[in-house]
Amino acid sequence: MSTTSVDLQTHGHPAAHAGEHAHDPHHQHHFTTMEQQFDTSKIGMWLFLATEVLLFGGLFVGFGMMQARYPREFVEAHTHLVRWQGALNTVVLLISSFTMVLAVQAAKKSEKGKQVLFLGLTILCACIFLVVKYFEYSHKYEEGWLPGRFYSYKGDSIPACHAAPPGEAAAAAPAANAAPCTNGYATFFSFYFMMTGLHGFHILAGIAVLTWILFRAKRGEFSASYYTPVDLVGLYWHLVDLIWIYLFPLYYLIQ
Amino acid sequence: MSHPAEPTAIPAHAHEHEHDHGGTGVYAKTLIGLLILTAITVAAASFDFGQGNVVIALFVATIKASLVVLFFMHLRWDKPVNAIIAMAGFLFLGVFIMFCLLDFNARNNYLPSNLHPVPDMPLAPGTAPAGEVLHTNPAAAAEGGEKK
Repeated sequence: MSTTSVDLQTHGHPAAHAGEHAHDPHHQHHFTTMEQQFDTSKIGMWLFLATEVLLFGGLFVGFGMMQARYPREFVEAHTHLVRWQGALNTVVLLISSFTMVLAVQAAKKSEKGKQVLFLGLTILCACIFLVVKYFEYSHKYEEGWLPGRFYSYKGDSIPACHAAPPGEAAAAAPAANAAPCTNGYATFFSFYFMMTGLHGFHILAGIAVLTWILFRAKRGEFSASYYTPVDLVGLYWHLVDLIWIYLFPLYYLIQ
Repeated sequence: MSHPAEPTAIPAHAHEHEHDHGGTGVYAKTLIGLLILTAITVAAASFDFGQGNVVIALFVATIKASLVVLFFMHLRWDKPVNAIIAMAGFLFLGVFIMFCLLDFNARNNYLPSNLHPVPDMPLAPGTAPAGEVLHTNPAAAAEGGEKK
């Protein structure tokens, strides 16, 4: 950083600050203060989180529409999901949010050991979540509870073209046999795999960034004067938790 | 929070005072609250309240989401601009949901099964053979025929 830029950025500030800013290796020259730099990063993160809310929001709206269209099939299809597995994953994610917030707190207090410990616990919880998800997915794959035209489970109580009202069922049946007809069960599992899958990719991305942050924390890069990456990754992780808070009751607990 | 190792750093880190909130106790209470609410949703799902089940599930989920956003994500103590951005996200999601519901409720009761037996050639409204087009509602029959 050249002397001129130091002079420019500290313009109007007490000279005591200038020396401090110039020596903080994380301070980028286009920000007046470290505080401004931190706040700017945080606003950027919140903007990203708002787009994430809208991304999942679209899928939630679609799920709601389809549930209104196939109420019986959705209620019956959801009984194929194992409730305790969903509840376990909810608890695991809530605990991971707790350990994440403790990691951010440790970073703010420059406690390196605790930072590494809590980031490690957060990653562990994320892995437990994915292991449970793996068992759920593989069970569904074996039973043929798959999205769209891949749906091959034969044990549903409502026959093939589920949407047909009772009087028309006989007329609709030949068409159903001729071509795979869109049914509520397949639609339910299309949404199930799309939404939990997208959420799962967010968990994977979370594990990636958490691991990166963990290694940086191990090198002692974060302290009270600079912990922006820990804070922002924390915000992302809480959002992933927040999305699951809505996914869990809508998929596992519908009536 | 002052940093004993670098006393001169205090002015530069003045913003830390704004973030010196929460604490392990507050976070632990938040976690306990979230776990209790999870137990409540799971318990409520074993009773049949009809339409009330979805309302209860979403209501409890929203309380949980608020706890996460306010305490874990620090929005309670954060600069208002972040809260404005977060609320804008949820506001537009609300607009999206509202218009989709309005659209959904305004549609005729169409079902995929109604669309199967419609012949390849488009028919003029009212000329569809009675045995082939399986609509309960003549308006929907006309619409379905045109779409096909």
